[in-house]
Amino acid sequence: MATFRQSVAATIPALRRYARALTRDSDIADDLVQDTLVRALRSEHLFHGGDVRSWLYTILTNLNRNRLRSLARRPALSPIEENDAPDLAGPEAGGRDIERALATLVDDQRNALLLVVLEGLSYREVAEVQGVPIGTVMSRLARARVQIKNYLDGGRPALRRVK
Amino acid sequence: MIDRDSPVTEDELHAYVDGELPADRKAVVAAWLADHPEQAALVASWRAQAESIRAHFGATIDEPMPQRLKLDQIMKHERANGRSWMAMAAAAAFMAFVVGGAAGWMARGASAAAPSSFDVYASEALDAHKLYVVEVRHPVEVPGGERVHMTQWLSKRLGEDLRIPDLQPIGLKLVGGRLLPGPTGAAAFYMYESASGERFTMYCAKTDVPETALRYTGGDQFAAFYWVDNKIAYVISGPADREQLETVTKAAYEQLDKTGTKKL
Repeated sequence: MATFRQSVAATIPALRRYARALTRDSDIADDLVQDTLVRALRSEHLFHGGDVRSWLYTILTNLNRNRLRSLARRPALSPIEENDAPDLAGPEAGGRDIERALATLVDDQRNALLLVVLEGLSYREVAEVQGVPIGTVMSRLARARVQIKNYLDGGRPALRRVK
Repeated sequence: MIDRDSPVTEDELHAYVDGELPADRKAVVAAWLADHPEQAALVASWRAQAESIRAHFGATIDEPMPQRLKLDQIMKHERANGRSWMAMAAAAAFMAFVVGGAAGWMARGASAAAPSSFDVYASEALDAHKLYVVEVRHPVEVPGGERVHMTQWLSKRLGEDLRIPDLQPIGLKLVGGRLLPGPTGAAAFYMYESASGERFTMYCAKTDVPETALRYTGGDQFAAFYWVDNKIAYVISGPADREQLETVTKAAYEQLDKTGTKKL
């Protein structure tokens, strides 16, 4: 019992980081983490061994998917950017570019990329979190990387690549 | 991007960047990249992406932890909400015990006819189920404690005298309800929760179909039983555990049948 809660507690900072990158908004990110923790504690009895960390990432990823779905049902409220092309200069330019590039990704691709490069999960762990085969994780990663590269190179979302 | 007969695949390049390659392949890929500047540049760009992602979001981990994300804080709050961790486990066993005996009754559903337009209610209900069962803080509009008010309100909006089944005998507490847009007007949506936190929902909407047999639809995560009685479509959704869902459906069905959803 104590071990379970200790593992959960130890993962909170990483969950915040993942949520921040997913939402690009610190308040929404912390809301997501809080919801994740509430759910995790309520379902503690359902947890029969395994990796607590992967399980928490799974809950957070699913909650975020639900959040995005409910947003999609409402009219878009995102501010209109004067110029959505990448910034070419400035100290914060690189950071803003990568944020915007991530924002252009399909949800599943963004999740896969962040879990691998930011959270350091293995392909196998990401496959578990996303509930898909490893091959699917790899193709999501590949597409995410193409999309980000195109965005950063050309400043425009790439057309979806046909296999 | 990479030739078909190339000894190194694009998948391997990703695995190389992400440290997922076995040691022997790692050396092969590294040597291959030395001779292929174009692919080496691509690999470098992926690494640069990863670096800027880490540089941009990595610092979050060192930020001071807000009070609301501390575990003891969350647990205190949960307890204040009247959730006892001990009671949860105890009542969960009860559910498993009640399951069974539904087989004969289920024969009703066996004669289900070809799929019809009333399947749309099941998919609407399952969408709502998926959307709201994950909701931790605002799963419903009206809490279960206000059953009388909720019954009046939803009956009025649907234009039908609705009944909200009491599923307490099978261990399900009414969390509450909400009004939803349905395919043919307003729909009522109730949420129930087991002691172990599993959630079931009941969806009711008016329909033109007078009556149907019981049907079942199941996915990987969620499943639903649905039927039409007296021109009201009912959909009971829950986790994809058919036996358990049968128990819930049977309990709800018996009450609706007995007490009736009379037309106004």
